[in-house]
Amino acid sequence: MEKVFSKTKGLTDVPFTYCPGCTHGIIHRLIAEVLEEMDLLENTIGVAPVGCSGFLLDMFSCDFVGGPHGRAQAVATGIKRAMPERTVFTYQGDGDIAAIGTSHAIHVAARGEKITSIMVNNAVFGMTGGQMAPTTIGGQVTTTSPYGRDCALAGPPIDLPKTIATLEGAVYVAAGSVDSPKNVAQTKKMIKKAFQVQQKGLGFSFVSILSTCPTNWGLSPVDSLNWLRKNMMPVYQLGELKATEEVNAL
Amino acid sequence: MRRQLLKGNEAIAEAAIRSGCKLFFGYPITPSTEIIEYLSRNLPKAGGAVLQGEDEIASINMCYGAAATGARVMTASSSPGYSLKQEGMSYLAAAELPVVVVNINRNGPGLGGLGPSQGDYFQCTKGGGHGDYRTIVLAPSKGQEMYDYTMKAFDLADKYRTPVVILADGMLGQTMEPIEFKERPSVELPEKDWVTTGCIGRPKRKISMYNLTNEAGEEISLKLQAKFNKMKDLEQQWENYCTDDAEYLLVGYGTCGRVGKSAVQLARQQGIKLGLIRPITLWPFPEKAFISLPKIKGILTVELNAGQMVEDVKLAVKCSIPVQSHTRVGGMLLSENSVLKKLAEVFQLEVRV
Repeated sequence: MEKVFSKTKGLTDVPFTYCPGCTHGIIHRLIAEVLEEMDLLENTIGVAPVGCSGFLLDMFSCDFVGGPHGRAQAVATGIKRAMPERTVFTYQGDGDIAAIGTSHAIHVAARGEKITSIMVNNAVFGMTGGQMAPTTIGGQVTTTSPYGRDCALAGPPIDLPKTIATLEGAVYVAAGSVDSPKNVAQTKKMIKKAFQVQQKGLGFSFVSILSTCPTNWGLSPVDSLNWLRKNMMPVYQLGELKATEEVNAL
Repeated sequence: MRRQLLKGNEAIAEAAIRSGCKLFFGYPITPSTEIIEYLSRNLPKAGGAVLQGEDEIASINMCYGAAATGARVMTASSSPGYSLKQEGMSYLAAAELPVVVVNINRNGPGLGGLGPSQGDYFQCTKGGGHGDYRTIVLAPSKGQEMYDYTMKAFDLADKYRTPVVILADGMLGQTMEPIEFKERPSVELPEKDWVTTGCIGRPKRKISMYNLTNEAGEEISLKLQAKFNKMKDLEQQWENYCTDDAEYLLVGYGTCGRVGKSAVQLARQQGIKLGLIRPITLWPFPEKAFISLPKIKGILTVELNAGQMVEDVKLAVKCSIPVQSHTRVGGMLLSENSVLKKLAEVFQLEVRV
């Protein structure tokens, strides 16, 4: 019988630590598959965030470095400057990259740092138990916005990819989702293109991915996917937000 | 051998290049800025690179990343900027990454001023960042030592896989002195078999420090503490000046070590048997210098702060000898005359100043 699917070599056998229904696992697989398909596993150094995905260092089969909360892109800059021939990427939650690490997010893009950043947006701080993040949408209930996010008080949510897309050094910016098979396939293409951009040395590449957090949203996995579609998709623009001519020529 | 007139900050930068430092990440702040300026001019010529970070936090974390690949890397700042780097210092110590970090101490707290100060003694020697960790701290007292200790700092960082601090002040950083461009000493260093450079032909590696169980946390912490204890045992360094027959001792590092030498000469002209211990490592504090001092009747620390190192001296002599301190704050310098006057006052000696 023909084998139609097998686990990517990009992932180790270390079990995922994620809650049932969380989509971090899908995103891990997509990145690992892309690295394997591009034959980059031995060439790549990943940089981990602090948060739910802070333990992915053991889950990927490439080298990995973990530093302080929000600093992954600064750490990645140091690695890339020391080893420009290597592929370097960061994997960060929205709390990591869009709150405490925002200055680095802006400046790696401004410098056109030749790294790839993957942002996983689930609209909350997951690991600490579902607090409000800069990406929490208006009216969303979290433990630090128990009456729903009041945009008059906390401001409206940040759509980080749109901000990053305004900077010249960011040559490829895309926003995907993993709520459906179609979107999973689309997101994988975006991740692949982001790594191709880095391989060609064109500049900073950034992929943001909408993700679920059933535990902290207080919903079943299926209801979480529906909640994401109904509440996050109208707020966060999806698709390729920016691709320079050079990127489109790839 | 080639000698050149350089600012202390430039001496640090030149020594870094000659130590094989390939990357420098920093953010300008007076009075340390000549380090990043000198390196911006000269490090690229030596095959390295300088990147000006968006802030101090980015700069130290860029060092973290570069050190993870095994590259020799340095950053430099001054007090308020060094404060911002403390998160990074804690993570570097935890992940055991060798980075040389220069702090050209200005006076504080807060924004403070630019004058020479030793107000960051506690911050540099007691940790500064969170958690139970130690970093080696080297304290040069003149231009040539800015150069020599920088070379030493890179070797110590690699030897122990640890961040090493060079602590000087604005006067040492800004004063021009003739510097001998010594070659890098040949030192046997452990192979960097832990670096994350891509897993070509070897199993994957990771560099990080966290623990998911308290038991693992204890194990990792004890391993780190054993390393710190080894540094404490092996790396204490200091200079003795006229201590053999001394009845009174000054203890001063950096700029105060220099002022202290002048005070010793002044006292000896008047028949007072004064000596000086100049700590070179501030951590580990050179406790061994104080083990056997049977003739010493009193100790005076000389510090450009409100009295910080005096606590370590008291601990070193286990309070068996009277220890007093002579201090000046706010960026002002101490004179050798004022040291002598204070010595006379606290130990009831007759001096002419």
